Amino acid sequence: MDDLLQEFLTETNESIAEVDLELVNLEKNPDNPELIDNIFRLVHTIKGTCGFLGLPRLESVAHAGENVLGKFRDKELVVTPEAVTLILQAIDRIKEILEHLEANEAEPEGDDSDLIARLNAMAAGESAPAASAPDTAEAAPAEEAEAAAVQETAADNAAENEDAASGAQEAGAEESGEEKKFLQAGDFDPQLGRKLRPGEVSMDELERAFQEAEGPEIQETKPAPAAKAAKAEESPAAKKDVHKAASSIRVNVHLLEHLMTMVSELVLTRNQLLQMVRGMEDSEFTVPLQRLSHVTTELQEGVMKTRMQPIGNAWAKLPRIVRDLSMELNKKIDLQMLGADTELDRQVLELIKDPLTHMVRNSADHGMETPEERLAAGKKETGKIVLNAYHEGGHIIIEIADDGRGINIERVKQKALDNGLVTPGELEGMSDQQIQKFIFMPGFSTAEAVTSVSGRGVGMDVVRTNIEKIGGTIDLRSEEGKGSTFIIKIPLTLAIVSALIVESAGERFAVPQISVVELVRTSDRASDHKIETINNTPVLRLRERLLPLVHLHEVLELEKDPESDSSEDYIIVTQVGNYSFGIVVDRVFDTEEIVVKPVAPILNNIGIYSGNTILGDGSVVMILDPNGIAASTGEVTLSDSEEDADAVRGASSEDTTALLVFRAGAVEPKAVPLSLVARLEEIDVAQFERANNQIVVQYRGHLMPLVTVDPSYQIKEEGRQPILVFSDEERTMGLIVDEIVDIVEDKLDIELRSSGTQAILGTAVIGEHATEVIDVAYYLAQAFPDWFNSQTPAVQPTDETAPKVLLVDDSPFFRNMLTPLLQLAGYEVTTADDAADALQLREGGARFDLIISDIEMPGMNGFEFAEAVKADGRWQSTPIVALSSHATPQDFDRGRQAGFTDYVAKFDREELLATLNQTLRMGGGAA
Amino acid sequence: MSVLGMDGATSDFVTVTISGQLFGIPVLMVQDVLGPQAITRIPKAPPEVAGALNLRGRIVTAIDVRRRLNLPPQEDGSGMSVVVEYRDEPYSLMIDSVGEVLSLSAERFERSPATLDPRWREISNGIYRLDDKLLVVLDVERLLDFAGGGSLAA
Repeated sequence: MDDLLQEFLTETNESIAEVDLELVNLEKNPDNPELIDNIFRLVHTIKGTCGFLGLPRLESVAHAGENVLGKFRDKELVVTPEAVTLILQAIDRIKEILEHLEANEAEPEGDDSDLIARLNAMAAGESAPAASAPDTAEAAPAEEAEAAAVQETAADNAAENEDAASGAQEAGAEESGEEKKFLQAGDFDPQLGRKLRPGEVSMDELERAFQEAEGPEIQETKPAPAAKAAKAEESPAAKKDVHKAASSIRVNVHLLEHLMTMVSELVLTRNQLLQMVRGMEDSEFTVPLQRLSHVTTELQEGVMKTRMQPIGNAWAKLPRIVRDLSMELNKKIDLQMLGADTELDRQVLELIKDPLTHMVRNSADHGMETPEERLAAGKKETGKIVLNAYHEGGHIIIEIADDGRGINIERVKQKALDNGLVTPGELEGMSDQQIQKFIFMPGFSTAEAVTSVSGRGVGMDVVRTNIEKIGGTIDLRSEEGKGSTFIIKIPLTLAIVSALIVESAGERFAVPQISVVELVRTSDRASDHKIETINNTPVLRLRERLLPLVHLHEVLELEKDPESDSSEDYIIVTQVGNYSFGIVVDRVFDTEEIVVKPVAPILNNIGIYSGNTILGDGSVVMILDPNGIAASTGEVTLSDSEEDADAVRGASSEDTTALLVFRAGAVEPKAVPLSLVARLEEIDVAQFERANNQIVVQYRGHLMPLVTVDPSYQIKEEGRQPILVFSDEERTMGLIVDEIVDIVEDKLDIELRSSGTQAILGTAVIGEHATEVIDVAYYLAQAFPDWFNSQTPAVQPTDETAPKVLLVDDSPFFRNMLTPLLQLAGYEVTTADDAADALQLREGGARFDLIISDIEMPGMNGFEFAEAVKADGRWQSTPIVALSSHATPQDFDRGRQAGFTDYVAKFDREELLATLNQTLRMGGGAA
Repeated sequence: MSVLGMDGATSDFVTVTISGQLFGIPVLMVQDVLGPQAITRIPKAPPEVAGALNLRGRIVTAIDVRRRLNLPPQEDGSGMSVVVEYRDEPYSLMIDSVGEVLSLSAERFERSPATLDPRWREISNGIYRLDDKLLVVLDVERLLDFAGGGSLAA
């Protein structure tokens, strides 16, 4: 195909997609001049280019559309849904022609006069866009209709200069095609101050064209200045466009694929070289090889990034689809898209595009009720469809939620019976959730009537198949009358994940690090961890609980060489939903960063692999999927685990905290936020030593002080004692406890404040038990009395250079936890209970280098506080960092707008310190 | 597959030998020819799947063609592979040895005899009569569609 035409097609297709989206936006914000300008400019460019390439059909449609848009822009026409529909029809016609053009390199035969006539009628202010409207232009062939349109509109109104100008421009463009003496696209135009783009013509030429063109009956003097005006108006926008184009280029995907392969080869070769040099001491190759290694790694990462695309690309068409559907079905639907910048591999993106579109269409068509039904059901007239994408573990989760009518369980039951998928007896014992899942079976549609939208031969079973093809899963939550949520979980193929390499029966496998809760080494000799059996079923005692075990070689049906059976085993403790179990392997190697590749379709129904990968040494290993292993051992049915996972997910979406529950001294459980705990250890009491009135233990080459929950605590005489290890920078301390009970996700709501000991912050209900929440800061002070001089943080004798930080948080827990942390990091900390308190400090003349503020606070919230700070001179230049448990991009944006310099998730201590450090270094400085 | 030029035109095949029998694979499907490779076993995979191997950064599924054809494993363990691409997925077909590329005219072609082992008939498109030998045309699609790999044909 002609290069020029190819380029035109690519560019125009992109522009059209943008116009589609923008038009839908415009309908919602009819008064936004920027939107209109942008749409006008895009359509105008398409038209101009068509003229240049000699594509009369496209040109005439684009031109008529542009007329109407011009009227919008000049506020002569009001943007109505009817008008937008008409423009969209014109865009659709352009798409059709483009498709034909792409396939045949020529415009298709056809007549657009009907559409053009309606567009012209619209432009002329006749509100009736009906096809039958009598119009002189109707019968006329396309080109004449266009000419007529120009004439008509030009005569109509002086504001129509715009059209005249563009008409003239076209004439000029045609002219330039014939006579090569004018400036061509790409030539430098002194008047514009830039090179001409395809489809543009120089001012000189335009002027000339006006003089020469026989064209429509336009007064020859008037259009020229008008054209100038139009041109001038367009220039800034056009320049912006050029700039945008310069920062990104289009690359053929095959080229990227090829690059990827090459880089992989490079990595392998690099690894081989490294292996060789490792054997030689003091080799002259060592240094250059290190450099090569480094560069290779960066190159690999870079190339991988090129394949990642935001999921928003797959969503771009959805607003238009939903808009059309709501018009067609007379429903009011608001489509919200969250997390559009979540990136995933291009290949996966392509594969989920259609299923996603289908599901959104389903939600709008089947899920959503009509406004009347909604009002009758006591809901808002406008229904909501929310798309949400985010990363979780090594996966991308996409949720499609609507607040429509939900799935009618009775109808699904009936249909399942009718189709013979299930017997009435089986149905009896099924949960609602299991019944709902029937909609993923082939040939299942519960829609009562086939609308023009449904019945396109794609059902939810196809959606499911497509998603499973790429190693994903689809799940559904639906409540009748309230709406449905589909949850798609797809692997981030080609994303690099960290994996543990293990060996069983001489074969190596990778286990994603995310699935590994902990590793336990067992041996026949040592007494502490031993595999026991109940009727040949292996179990392990782990923290006073029995952990069911599966032998990997048995799951995989591998023959194990009895000779090599060592007395040592490793157990990978993993958790699927609420079900914990251990996978027994022979050896554990290192962790390695791996690139997950989907397994060949031929292996798809094995179920215990989530993918495969190539290791650094060039060998292929299979990646084990603990979910699949759990399912294959029959210990837990997959649907149960999904439900459990849902429960966990549901809970974690609220403001919850992972808490480590343990027992020490008293019978009542105690808890500490898991994020504060660096590690859990079990240490033999024989190793405990006393030094300087403290219990210490040698730990990782250093002496670690150990403290007890209270002075009366009795350490065991012998055996092992669990230790919670807290670590900050170089200092590490251990808290001796009796047992570690559990890790729970729960809302941390301290209900009873501590009155007695400082060691306890208060009591909270965690996992339905009253639990004491300990104050880590207190124990840190016990272990290292020199860490801080006093527990009251307000005034501290710190040296002059210590940066001053104001911490605003309504929760004493966070204040107590963060204050010592910040002090340790060398800050002078002042705390305030709420925004009002903080602003009072401002009135009192206090000055800080930096402010850290919570977002959710009673009274004035964090955003308002930030605005208040930025509004007044005294603290105006003080950087202010937001601290919140909600750290979605939306929150982030809102925070920035309010004046926050940065946004950090609560509990992410390292991030907080790094951010503070960076913010201060950025030159925030004391105000 | 439209590799069978029934109109008198010729078709090109890469010839391979398995257990002394000559087979032909349509030349356009062949991506690569490999010597013996390190193959990672895939536990629980169908028996016809020998494992997976790394071919220049791509993971290729190795198919034991002998097994597929109900033939005993090769004794000396040597062997070659022909990498074919089917539905954008690479498969390495493990065979004994690779011969040459032959251009065969449709006149020499005929359907597999009805008496042939059903397994063989299943994976073959037909037979070419060469001067001194018979060449069985491998139908890669059906070769890869064995029990357990049913999803492929979906």
